[in-house]
Amino acid sequence: MNRFAALLDRLSYEPRRNAKLRLLMDYFQHTPDPERGYALAAMTNALMFKEAKPGLIRGLVEERTDPELFRMSYHYVGDLAETVALIWPAPGHESVAPVSDDTPSIGHNNPPPHVPTLTEVVETLATTSKSDLPAKVAGWLDALDETGRWALLKLITRELRVGVSARLAKTAVAQLGGFEADEVELIWHGLDAPYEELFAWVEGRGPKPESSNPAPFRPPMLSHPLEDEDFEKLDASDFLAEWKWDGIRLQAVAGHDSHGRSVRRIYSRTGEDVSRAFPDLVEALNFQGSIDGELLIVREELVQSFNILQQRLNRKAVTPKLIAEFPAHLRVYDILTEGDEDLRDLPFSERRKRLEALVARIDDPRIDLSPMVPFGTWEDLAAARANPASVGAGPDADAIEGCMLKRANSPYLPGRPKGYWYKWKRDPYLVDAVMMYGQRGHGKRSSFYSDYTFGVWRDGENGEELVPVGKAYHGFTDEELVKLDRYVRNHTVNRFGPVREVEYGKDRGLVLEVAFEGLQRSTRHKSGVAMRFPRINRIRWDKPAAEADRIETLEKILERGEKEIHPLKSQEA
Amino acid sequence: MKGFHQEKLGLSRRTFGASPYADIAEAHPISPSMALRSTDILTQTPQGLYCPLGDFHIDPVRPVKRALITHGHSDHARSGHRAVLATRETLRIMAVRYGEDFAESTQEASLGESMTLGDVTVCFTPAGHVLGSAQITIEAGGTRVVVSGDYKRAEDPTCLPYEVVPCDVFITEATFGLPVFRHPDTRDEVRKLLDSAALFPERTHIVGAYALGKAQRVMALLREEGYDKPIYLHGAMERLTEFYKSEGIPLGETPKVVASERSKLGGAIVICPPPSIQDLWSRRFPDPVTCFASGWMRVRARARQKGVELPLVISDHSDWDDLCRTIGDTGAGEVWVTHGQEDALVHWCTTHGIKARPLHMLGYGDEGEVEEAPQAGGEA
Repeated sequence: MNRFAALLDRLSYEPRRNAKLRLLMDYFQHTPDPERGYALAAMTNALMFKEAKPGLIRGLVEERTDPELFRMSYHYVGDLAETVALIWPAPGHESVAPVSDDTPSIGHNNPPPHVPTLTEVVETLATTSKSDLPAKVAGWLDALDETGRWALLKLITRELRVGVSARLAKTAVAQLGGFEADEVELIWHGLDAPYEELFAWVEGRGPKPESSNPAPFRPPMLSHPLEDEDFEKLDASDFLAEWKWDGIRLQAVAGHDSHGRSVRRIYSRTGEDVSRAFPDLVEALNFQGSIDGELLIVREELVQSFNILQQRLNRKAVTPKLIAEFPAHLRVYDILTEGDEDLRDLPFSERRKRLEALVARIDDPRIDLSPMVPFGTWEDLAAARANPASVGAGPDADAIEGCMLKRANSPYLPGRPKGYWYKWKRDPYLVDAVMMYGQRGHGKRSSFYSDYTFGVWRDGENGEELVPVGKAYHGFTDEELVKLDRYVRNHTVNRFGPVREVEYGKDRGLVLEVAFEGLQRSTRHKSGVAMRFPRINRIRWDKPAAEADRIETLEKILERGEKEIHPLKSQEA
Repeated sequence: MKGFHQEKLGLSRRTFGASPYADIAEAHPISPSMALRSTDILTQTPQGLYCPLGDFHIDPVRPVKRALITHGHSDHARSGHRAVLATRETLRIMAVRYGEDFAESTQEASLGESMTLGDVTVCFTPAGHVLGSAQITIEAGGTRVVVSGDYKRAEDPTCLPYEVVPCDVFITEATFGLPVFRHPDTRDEVRKLLDSAALFPERTHIVGAYALGKAQRVMALLREEGYDKPIYLHGAMERLTEFYKSEGIPLGETPKVVASERSKLGGAIVICPPPSIQDLWSRRFPDPVTCFASGWMRVRARARQKGVELPLVISDHSDWDDLCRTIGDTGAGEVWVTHGQEDALVHWCTTHGIKARPLHMLGYGDEGEVEEAPQAGGEA
């Protein structure tokens, strides 16, 4: 465990990709099976512990620390695992203990602490019953030092976040044997921790593991945001355009296993198998191959907003009622394989033809093609983007968040290769609001006041008043963050734990120009509206608070956006 | 320095000898019927803490008539006061930073010697924070208040150790006033630096450290671990480091970095003010490893925010355990918390039956980060 902890610790401070790769390869080369395999599983998020959850850790630390001190510490550090790792009391320590009539026994009469191996941790977590687990984990925490505790807790909460993607970890393994990461990717879904077969193959000690998965995930190709200066560098005639749909990226794969049975899978863009959430869509995958598209909710042939889509997601039970109310739809825009043929090296224009033919054969209303947007010049496309309905987007125009530009000759490359695909989003809505509260951030922003609640004017009982309409924590640069943080500290009028209320009123206060993608009505917010993806677009140091926007500005945007139909609304009650 | 300005300050002096509190420590009198309330002795003003009975401020953030200064860090020791009373070392540090004319008049406070200022008695006692740092005890009408300034209990080869002064009211900082802050053994941290320097002999290790105190402590710790090569200094470190040496603290050979020679300093350890670890100045060294010596390095996000690759948890402030221990050691029935993570320490006091309140004082190293701007040393 200490070796794994040391690796995570070094990775977490190492900014350079190549250095990370070296650290990973060094670890894999010098760590025996099965220890290294479990480390690989941890970094590819392939470990799942049913009973070990953040709640268990909270429970343990709450028994040993004053809850108020823990709460303050957590708000400061901004990370549960790290807070617990740091605050965990050494045997016999009192300064963090809760003051109570009888201090709970801390259990230091146990035999001397034993530092576990990663394998031991993983195997124990998988087999120990829920009731025995707290004592086990507490024993490990007593035995480990701060770094070891941090690594253990990161493992249990499944949030390693040391700047290593699953892809990078697989790359390191592949490079042990001089292979490409894609070769590991293709057999990955047939493998299980601790991956002894895989290590044997890359080290030349065994055969290449069979991909027992007839419907494997292939890493998707991603786009770059289009910058203003790109237009001068790019030639419009080299590109094809599509709408950018406001949905969720999916990869649908279908094949046959060795017994000839049909295997159909739906993957998220990170390779997570989400088939179970979309049985209605799985049913429609009556083809052989893998296609790339956008998950949307379509009612009466009309694409619904992202707000509606969200109601289909993250449900524990996928009931017939949910499926009827939120019918899943796949709008496809690329094809990676067909039958046994890998099409990814073909130019996009060729793949598009193959895709059109395939969709015609699928012939299912739940799967359709994302139409191309005709244009001659960038100006044409800008006009289309500003008003999608004008170029045939029809009633779906509201579900479009911009355009995708794809080089006609681009191959399908995993990751985010430069120069092929661009996204050109619709301009966001803007509103001038007044900062009301600042809250300490988490992660990278820990201990900076980086989350700002802002409000707009409305008529209150005693004249005009500010009502909070949203909260934003990005959009500004690191330099601006320092200034905003200082502003919050110097204009504090009230403190509520990690939150500070700042000065605001007609004659004082800071105006923030907030950009956002959409609005929805909300009963949870005092103002009755909730913003989608709000961020600080500009800090208006110059603008008097009295000139910030009024709630009516938002009401108007809301009315424009409320065109979705709710066919089954009566059943919701 | 002009020296003695007793008349101007209106001071008279009486000396108790080296340890005025020896007898009190045995039978600490928390007077049951306090003649004076603590707020009669010390109040909060926009300039900082003020003693009306003695008519002086402690560590004022704006120019005042009479200032008592706990230590030389720039957020506590500012220039422009009319009269300043501080330890000899603190006065010298202020002169190094602000020039000899940083105040109209100055007076040295001898550690452990009580003196009368108006209707109160004051006494300076070592605080263990940096060279010359002192706690200030104010006593009147049977009530004793201790203003600790910044302090630490951990060992430091560059300054006198903290001395416990029993008191009725203890005024403490809380820079690291959360139980997640437990400073490790400094020797292990310095060894991390030496191990990394051995592992990457071609790279320069650039250590960000506050120009006053931390920088010299890191140098002294490196020497204690047997590192005998030159330790290179950023220009902003030079004069204060020379001052430490002139006070008899052995720091070995500490040449100033010559700008044109930076590319030849692979394998060297270089100490610079914290802001310089990220600026262009440090990029001219061969493949530099960015290190930072600070108590903040305990929190990962803090280290990453600063782009630190090798965090060294070395602090000149008390960690959580030492803050709590010190409050207990003073026997104070009342605690005021000046700055830092006030809320947690106040909560701890309250749950341990000690009256406590946060002062929310502004201007003191906003969470410890603004201390020591790079110009602090004068040049560079």
